[in-house]
Amino acid sequence: MNTLWLSHFTATSAIGCGLEPTHAALRQQRGGLVPCAFDTVDLNTFVGEVAGVDSVQLPAHLTDFDCRNNRLAFLGLQQDGFMAAVEAAIGRHGRRRVAVLLGTSTAGVLQSEQAYRRRDLTNGELPADFNYRTTHNAYSVADFVRNVFKLEGPAAVVSTACSSSAKVFASAARMMEAGLIDAAIVGGVDSLCLTTLYGFNSLELLSATPCRPFDADRSGISIGEASAFILLERPPSTLDANAVLLLGAGESSDAYHMSSPHPDGLGAQMAMAGALKAAGLQAGAIDYINLHGTATPSNDAAEGKAVATLFGDRVPCSSTKGATGHTLGAAGGLEAIIGALALQQGFLPGGVNTINIDPTIPIQYLNANRDSAPQRVLSNSFGFGGTNCSLVLGRAG
Amino acid sequence: MTNPNTILTAWIEGVGLLGPGLPDWPTAQGVLTGDAAYVPSPITAPPPQGLPPAERRRAGVSVKVALAVAQEAIAMGQLDARQLSTVFASSGADGDNCNAICAVLASEDRHISPTRFHNSVHNAPAGYWGIASGAMAPATVLCVYDSCFSAGLLEALTQVTVEGSTALLIAYDSPYPEPLNAKRPLPSAMGIALALTSQKSAQSMAQIQVSLTDTEPDVLADPGLDALRLAIPAARGLPLLQALARKQAREVVLDYLEPLRLNVAIEPCR
Repeated sequence: MNTLWLSHFTATSAIGCGLEPTHAALRQQRGGLVPCAFDTVDLNTFVGEVAGVDSVQLPAHLTDFDCRNNRLAFLGLQQDGFMAAVEAAIGRHGRRRVAVLLGTSTAGVLQSEQAYRRRDLTNGELPADFNYRTTHNAYSVADFVRNVFKLEGPAAVVSTACSSSAKVFASAARMMEAGLIDAAIVGGVDSLCLTTLYGFNSLELLSATPCRPFDADRSGISIGEASAFILLERPPSTLDANAVLLLGAGESSDAYHMSSPHPDGLGAQMAMAGALKAAGLQAGAIDYINLHGTATPSNDAAEGKAVATLFGDRVPCSSTKGATGHTLGAAGGLEAIIGALALQQGFLPGGVNTINIDPTIPIQYLNANRDSAPQRVLSNSFGFGGTNCSLVLGRAG
Repeated sequence: MTNPNTILTAWIEGVGLLGPGLPDWPTAQGVLTGDAAYVPSPITAPPPQGLPPAERRRAGVSVKVALAVAQEAIAMGQLDARQLSTVFASSGADGDNCNAICAVLASEDRHISPTRFHNSVHNAPAGYWGIASGAMAPATVLCVYDSCFSAGLLEALTQVTVEGSTALLIAYDSPYPEPLNAKRPLPSAMGIALALTSQKSAQSMAQIQVSLTDTEPDVLADPGLDALRLAIPAARGLPLLQALARKQAREVVLDYLEPLRLNVAIEPCR
């Protein structure tokens, strides 16, 4: 795969809006999970809710897109000078040569969930102010971002549950290599809603405590929300040593079960091996793995087996979902950015909430931060339907 | 690398089609060429092949349509499903399931079934496809509202041209029941599948060369077929299928995302 440059990126999640608070929270091992008080939800669980989403105002000409998911998207876009970076890229490449490829699993389905409560008592109709295309439809977030920047290039939402915003990197890389585009806004936006909260509850996968990935006593996930945006471009001839590159992406399918991973993590192994192959690297070149690590008993066991098969216990690994919650369709993008921060800031983030590291999983799990100088990191994202994607990121120097 | 006139080239190995009045590719060819009249009629989605009984029971119309057209295209191209990467493109995935979840969540008892929940993900048909076919190859799942067909075609073509893989595009849609149908009216479920390779083979039907353009999209001469093209996102691919059915070299322009369209040059192999 041709190497790409993460020329600009930003993340907004329960641990902070923008890179600086995100980095600070990771350094302090400060998690963002709180008892769920979202909407009318009556579940005994913790969530990673982003503060201030409700008060975000969309640009006046884009108020049709108003919903929690697009407010979270706009909040995220406004951090770290990301919008100015996109405008500069448009100046370099032109409006038709910048793609928008974003992952989401929820989009604005919350809007429909709430609209169903407001159905007309006589004829059952949804309220007149409900707009399906600009809120509920999965494409709405990419449509919104494309409109924010008045872009005229290719665009799509990838919606493969919890691997969505990792797979967009692979799609963007192919589009770039095919010559269709010169830059892409990739990443993902996923927001709290009732479908995911009550859905994971129906599968008995919600933890009643803040989630504890890879803990022997792990008891399920905590759902989070996030927006993560990355501007991908071809690397210029000279780059700062601190610049972060996308070196490889690997994708696979479990072909096993709709909501359970392959018990030996076969699909996960294929995705990780594919990412290494695309990067032209051996397993020994990886210095840190940001695990999918959802904290369900079966997910972590399967991923642990897959990692141990390829890497043994040599590579420090952690899941940052104890801090952010599982941000579902935004997890791939958010965790790629956490990997990029590790590369730039010279540390490995320890997973929070994990006390008793599961002794039956033979990997080197970090539950404390480690000062280090990682050159290359791998990030895993796996989802319902048996969809897997792994990314390899590296420093330019 | 930055050629603004990028042309993506592939060969079509197989076609699958299921839509109102278009029960399969062999029957639909005569309708698309104008040799037979287009008569809209409700679709019959066959039970999905290859799924274990429990999964077959859980499969809704969206999964049935997606798998039916995928299997038709693969059979026609004599391809091994396990070797194909897949691109599923759909505006709303499973409309019945989504409506059922929203209704339950708006009720006093918010208990939704685990099956309802895992069927709610946009990639549910891709998951069922993996289970049915045993394919561990990558599956990408897109949503681009009304522009799903062309977006899916572009994604599949970049896989074919960049990775050298054989890719199966499955564009499908299923309608929502009321009350969502009033906000997103789709008259029927429908699916189109295309199997695409980077090398010409003995099975190749045609070469296609695809590029971005500003030209106005093709309309279908038959008013009923053109109404279908405009009413269902997957049906936006019908002008391409019509050209394949006619077995003549020609160019068609497909709807994509404003201001872009896809110019598709079709050269039949036989």
